[in-house]
Amino acid sequence: MAGSAGYTAVDFYDIDSLLSEEERAVRDTVRQWVDDQLIPVIGDCYIEGRFPKQLIPGMAELGLFGANLPEEYGCAGLNNVAYGLIMQELERGDSGIRSFASVQGALVMYPIYAFGSDAQKAYWLPRLAAGTEIGCFGLTEPDYGSNPAGMITTARETADGWVLNGTKMWITNGSQATVSIIWAKTGEVDDTTSIRGFIVPTSTPGFSGKDQKGKLSLRASDTSELHLQDVHVPKDAMLPKSGGIKSPLMCLTQARYGIAWGAVGAAMACYDEARRYAINRVMFGKPIGQTQIQQERLANMLTEITKAQLLVLQLGRLKDLGKMTPSQVSLAKRNNVNIACESAREARRLLGANGILIEYHSMRHLANLESVYTYEGTHDMHSLILGQEITGLAAY
Amino acid sequence: MKIAVCLRRVPDTTSKIVIGAGGTAIDEAGLKFVPNPYDEYALEAAIALKDTVAGGETTVIAFGGDSVQETLRTALAMGIDRAIQLQGTPSADGLANAHVLADQLKDGGFDLVLFGKLAVDDYGQQTGAMVAELLGLPCATAITSLEIAAGKATVAREVEGGVEHAGCALPAVFTCDKGLNTPRLPSLKGIMAAKKKPFDIVPVTTPSGKVQIVSLALPPERAAGRIVGEGAAAVPVLLQLLTTEAKVL
Repeated sequence: MAGSAGYTAVDFYDIDSLLSEEERAVRDTVRQWVDDQLIPVIGDCYIEGRFPKQLIPGMAELGLFGANLPEEYGCAGLNNVAYGLIMQELERGDSGIRSFASVQGALVMYPIYAFGSDAQKAYWLPRLAAGTEIGCFGLTEPDYGSNPAGMITTARETADGWVLNGTKMWITNGSQATVSIIWAKTGEVDDTTSIRGFIVPTSTPGFSGKDQKGKLSLRASDTSELHLQDVHVPKDAMLPKSGGIKSPLMCLTQARYGIAWGAVGAAMACYDEARRYAINRVMFGKPIGQTQIQQERLANMLTEITKAQLLVLQLGRLKDLGKMTPSQVSLAKRNNVNIACESAREARRLLGANGILIEYHSMRHLANLESVYTYEGTHDMHSLILGQEITGLAAY
Repeated sequence: MKIAVCLRRVPDTTSKIVIGAGGTAIDEAGLKFVPNPYDEYALEAAIALKDTVAGGETTVIAFGGDSVQETLRTALAMGIDRAIQLQGTPSADGLANAHVLADQLKDGGFDLVLFGKLAVDDYGQQTGAMVAELLGLPCATAITSLEIAAGKATVAREVEGGVEHAGCALPAVFTCDKGLNTPRLPSLKGIMAAKKKPFDIVPVTTPSGKVQIVSLALPPERAAGRIVGEGAAAVPVLLQLLTTEAKVL
């Protein structure tokens, strides 16, 4: 009984009753899409280290990209809880697919929406929503991960535009993107206020992206290194309302919000797989689910998943009210990805030897979640953000 | 072309069914309800036809309590233009329900009325054909293809050992089977648009029916399997049991 056949989404506290009819409808549509389109192919994609790009048109048709942005740009105009539920369901399938949607929506469409000119928004957002343009987000550099403000990529103003130079690393979608949002310093290397965002088509001369090889995680997602060597872009490539390190961090807050939801989906997938396996797998003449050790595993998973579900729902309600703070997002990202890692690990162990096979989902989720634990602010960095929030003292 | 689809709300086919306290209805508490899967073929056919025929309008109609509103909105989210809830309590008698639907449909000017071939909760398989009879319209049941041209419909039905082709002039009533098409998922924009589409609620009275549900029972639990031996040595025992006990040989 491998695979997600008969997937049952755990809802121990009747959290469904806290959702609106539309929120549930959105969730159910994406859940069905994942069952129909993603689950049948994800195992092969993962083994082969290949992003299932044939799914992009279908994802766009459903409206999965930038779904919480306004309808006037070709987006669905959903609230943030519905958006979060999309991320939950996508990551129930695979973290790499959720990452793709996160990058397209929160890290490419959002900065254009938040910091772009009307012309930039009118041109790019409908194309990105329709999936005819694929975006990537160039912030992290080889030596500047947790400390993005230290970046050394530069943008120098010329008579007719800008010239960008630098290297970006760990860039999701980097090699298949048609357009990138590149963050660069327009001033001195220690002037973090000079950081600006640029819309750079990847076909621009001097721009190159190549896949990072040898990943043992997020194998169904492209992760790339970007090189910018004397990349000339016109004046209007700059996002006019971007300014300082705060701008890319605002994008990361959007993406981390989605990750906090997504991790719940991965944990739910692992819990459901473990629960079904525990009931069906017979050892010593009885189901392994009848042993205390597996029951404790399942009880812990259920408890943590239920807490995580409630956490993101309230976070989403706060976001819809305009009251969500970045440190609240840090708490949710930190907690939910961590419990998802733990749930995936315990599920894999419960599955015994079968748990190491691609036929089952838990080890794939476990391997993926190690990346999710590390990206978009490592678990440790979010500890420090919360520490600063609590004490007023920055430890980084 | 005006197309109507009659829709039923049924428990999700993966639900665990519990019989309610009276013993004549299921306990709906905690059950997830979905559009009847066969009705989804009818909805898809209507939406696809509307897209290919200029000036088409699609209407979805459901008879039931207010809980059917969510199911109707799912149809709107898929792309149906307007919804009508016939607000009342359906009967256990398919004919009584057919009267309610036919009364609504008769003055609607519909060229095509589509149903699922059956609803997966009660397996009645009656209402579509009965509505056609009450409206005096031609009907084909369990269709697996549908083509409309020059005011005529051509349909295919899977029959024992082959395919039957039939045709008639519109207006007509068809009930839809698996294989007719692949129903689309409601898009996120469709879900948001659904709440802005016309939605009429028409209170109706159910005529008295001649059928009454006496009691419901769950199928008996399957008995546990039995291992009669291992390897080649088990074959004679197995053969004997299959012959004398299971009586399948």
